[in-house]
Amino acid sequence: MKAVKEEPNALGIETVDPDEVKQTLLAKVPTKVARKRAKQIVINKTGEDPEVPEIGANTRTIPGIITQRGCTYAGCKGVILGPTRDIVNITHGPIGCGFYSWLTRRNQTRPAGPDDYNFMTYCFSTDMQESDIVFGGEKKLRTAIQEAYDLFKPKAISIFSTCPVGLIGDDVHSVAREMKEKLGINVFAFSCEGYKGVSQSAGHHIANNGIFTHVVGLDDAVKGGKYRINLLGEYNIGGDAFEIDRILEDCGITVVSTFSGNSSYDEFANAHTADLNTIMCHRSINYVAEMMETKFGIPWIKINFLGAKACAKSLRKIARYFEDAELIERVEEVIARELPEVEKVAEEVSRRCEGKRAMLFVGGSRAHHYQELFAEIGMKTICAGYEFAHRDDYEGRKVLPFLKVDADSRNIEELEVHADPERYRPRKTAEDMERLQSEGFRFKDYDGMMPEMMKNTLVIDDISQHETEKLLEIYKPDVFCAGIKEKFAVQKSGIPMKQLHSYDSGGPYAGFRGAVNFYREIDRMVNSKVWKYIKAPWQESPELTARYACD
Amino acid sequence: MGKPAKSYVSTTNACKLCKPLGACLAFKGIEGAVPYLHGSQGCATYMRRYIISHFREPMDIASSSLGEKHAIYGGGPNLKLGLKNVITKYDCRLVGIATTCLTETIGDDTPMYLNEFRREFKDLLDSHDSPELVSVSTPSYSGTHMEGFHEALRAVVDQISRSGPRHSRITIMPGFVSPADTRYLKEIIGDFGMSATIFPDISTSLDGVAAVVYEKLASGGVPLSEIREMGASPASLEFGRTLDKAHTAAGLLENDYHIPCYSLGTPVGLRETDRFFETLSSLSHSPIPEKHEMERGRLIDAYVDAHKYSFGVRAVVYGEEDLVVGLTSFLAEIGVKVVLCASGGESGRLKEAVGSVTTDLLSEPPIVVEGVDFHEIAEIAERLHPDILIGNSKGYHLARRWGVPFVRVGFPIHDRFGGQRILHLGYRGAQSLLDGIVNAVIETRQEASDIGYTYY
Ligand code: SF4
Ligand code: SF4
Repeated sequence: MKAVKEEPNALGIETVDPDEVKQTLLAKVPTKVARKRAKQIVINKTGEDPEVPEIGANTRTIPGIITQRGCTYAGCKGVILGPTRDIVNITHGPIGCGFYSWLTRRNQTRPAGPDDYNFMTYCFSTDMQESDIVFGGEKKLRTAIQEAYDLFKPKAISIFSTCPVGLIGDDVHSVAREMKEKLGINVFAFSCEGYKGVSQSAGHHIANNGIFTHVVGLDDAVKGGKYRINLLGEYNIGGDAFEIDRILEDCGITVVSTFSGNSSYDEFANAHTADLNTIMCHRSINYVAEMMETKFGIPWIKINFLGAKACAKSLRKIARYFEDAELIERVEEVIARELPEVEKVAEEVSRRCEGKRAMLFVGGSRAHHYQELFAEIGMKTICAGYEFAHRDDYEGRKVLPFLKVDADSRNIEELEVHADPERYRPRKTAEDMERLQSEGFRFKDYDGMMPEMMKNTLVIDDISQHETEKLLEIYKPDVFCAGIKEKFAVQKSGIPMKQLHSYDSGGPYAGFRGAVNFYREIDRMVNSKVWKYIKAPWQESPELTARYACD
Repeated sequence: MGKPAKSYVSTTNACKLCKPLGACLAFKGIEGAVPYLHGSQGCATYMRRYIISHFREPMDIASSSLGEKHAIYGGGPNLKLGLKNVITKYDCRLVGIATTCLTETIGDDTPMYLNEFRREFKDLLDSHDSPELVSVSTPSYSGTHMEGFHEALRAVVDQISRSGPRHSRITIMPGFVSPADTRYLKEIIGDFGMSATIFPDISTSLDGVAAVVYEKLASGGVPLSEIREMGASPASLEFGRTLDKAHTAAGLLENDYHIPCYSLGTPVGLRETDRFFETLSSLSHSPIPEKHEMERGRLIDAYVDAHKYSFGVRAVVYGEEDLVVGLTSFLAEIGVKVVLCASGGESGRLKEAVGSVTTDLLSEPPIVVEGVDFHEIAEIAERLHPDILIGNSKGYHLARRWGVPFVRVGFPIHDRFGGQRILHLGYRGAQSLLDGIVNAVIETRQEASDIGYTYY
């Protein structure tokens, strides 16, 4: 079997030669740039070797090229820690970095009660001034931590370093230790200076390492629930995690912690008591699952709740893991109850969307998972790519042993993790794991995006503004998915644009109800009449102008 | 003077943005310009995101994408490579290079790198019609987005404008006002039969039309030729009572080219607008056009009608300092009792400026605080029992907490539609602000009524 999907004439883009498109994208850029970009622009087809081609990913963006990517700090503070409501996050640096990451992502949170903390609407910063840059900012940081503590008495305070901090050599970790001692609450710091990594992905890693080191495992109490899982890499944009929680709860599955949507400090502290780790966004968190397995004996599986079918499949996979007839039956009941309604809408919407074409350039897993939703309403994904993913997210985990370590990846500390002498408890015996695997169950597995895409689709890593414009010109897709930075440029080209970071204030799109929301939203967008007004009547038919002129 | 007793060392919910953001906005008001941040890519991404969410328009900001290695060895090579790529891709007329905290901290000598670039890449520049390279130093650890904005304008004038035979086009530096404000200023100038360069001009570049073909570089903005000729302009008008001419473009034109500088308050409300119109009238030797006389008349009529709603309403106003001064001047005219004027900026001149526009109208001057954040604003304001909050989207949580109406003005507005089209300036802007404020007050009363009257 070939690794990519082949279905002749299925894309509706047969007149476009992907090789030519690639050449067009690379034309008129300096040779060195072209050489680098050529590796990151790949035509999804297999040759002699049945595997998908290699793609360049997780390499630095070329200076002067308008990228979608953010910085390490953005990944650390904005993405991973941002959605955790009860940790006071202090940005150590000048004001901008903190300001720009102030409640800009649409993660939702639901405090447990009126007394529960919610600091997500706050933006704490040391707001460094010239004298702090010259004489060091540690003193100010200490005061800031004290002030935050005095004001809010939180359970935990975390500190995020921005670019200047690393350069002037502030030791944020020692300040954190000192204040932890002094205040008697958990205080920890992240060296997530923006320049450190290639993209926000580096920041995810630094953040997750930090949570793993400083928080996970602090609370050993095993709370209720028969089937206890963690949901990793789910950020609750637009309430996705709420919908997933609803379904899981219905199935009788307990979510011990979510990393990190609607998340809380206590959940992180207790995460190691779960019996299974399930991964939504492979990119931002697979290493945490690995570490939890090594240290605590919790196996992990890849799941995906985007797309009704994928959702059903994921539920079955979880039930299969627990090997419990009662759970398996319950999951089937839930699916049988939820799915027909979703399918009914899918069918209705397909009548208007069938055959339309989508492009997705976003995130580190979304560009993959949302293809499921499009497919369910008969739409084709013709080009896709990630903003900050690595090769394994494109080609699958099989490439992991071959990934090159460079100066940037070396920058991110790899934690050395060992089995916890007291708390390591394999959730399944080696025999059980093997048996399950021999029956086709797959642990720690992710095949990546490319094998699931059609032949001759274009896969582009870290797409630039310029390349985006070219693609729109050539393919004229029916919908383009990315983030807010791309939104208005795409719409100015007359193409509907769906934001898959903030959901354009919509959502949820995960789970069964989410799927329905998404179908309806895409239906609205690709069938909107607004685009036809762009050209005025006299632009459409020049004779009109002539007539008016004669009048 | 004007310095508050700042109660905290840290900043909680800042009431200011960072310096290069202001510079990027200023550059965006120049025709064919591409803003470029010399630093690591995160800053550019963040600022694009922020500007786009307000204007709902494309906003490209290039970056030299520095990594750790460059942070240690200097960012020159990346800056040059980035410039080369920008010039090749955009065919731009100007690259506006603002530094960031990173490159300022490591002490990169940006002007020197640019000189090297001009030598090393002469052929490239020649083959692309010699775009201008302008640099401005914008470390965010000293100053806010407004300092960045004005410094950028000054840098452009400093590096591009020349003297020459006097022409008749005056220069207006309105400060950071909306595209709608800018369009309106142009209309006023036209009605006076004058010609003017409004610098910067974001009226089209940040509020463009739906096009069939995407323009890589949004059209609009001040043409470079006009910027070059600013050194021979008959006069410049600069809005902003808290500005220091030593740091502004008009100050530089006055100093280097002896161009008379008319420093005016941001024309919000009646009296500041009167001053602006009088200045135009005297410069153009023509009376105030009837259309504007009429708008002024209608405004005063509305002031009278609105008085029963607006009088005594206790307002908290925050945002950029010059906007705060203008708004306070206007609010005092309509009988609103401004209890607190606050800004994250720290010019040291806010209190005096607010005083100068309110003394004849207010028996009791408002409390004026500079360099504060929303946490401090809340602490002070809560003792003052405000009835209304006026400022950008960032104050929403205070209005929500206090249960008072909230009128959005300025930047950023990312929780309402049309922030780029809000009119603040002139008689017309005052009219629309007045309508908005009065209706917010009425709506609150109506909502609170048990009966649900429909006459107010
Ligand atoms: S480092 Fe400076 S320039 Fe960059 S976002 Fe932060 S404050 Fe702004
Ligand atoms: S200064 Fe560094 S940490 Fe801050 S936004 Fe820029 S790249 Fe990110």
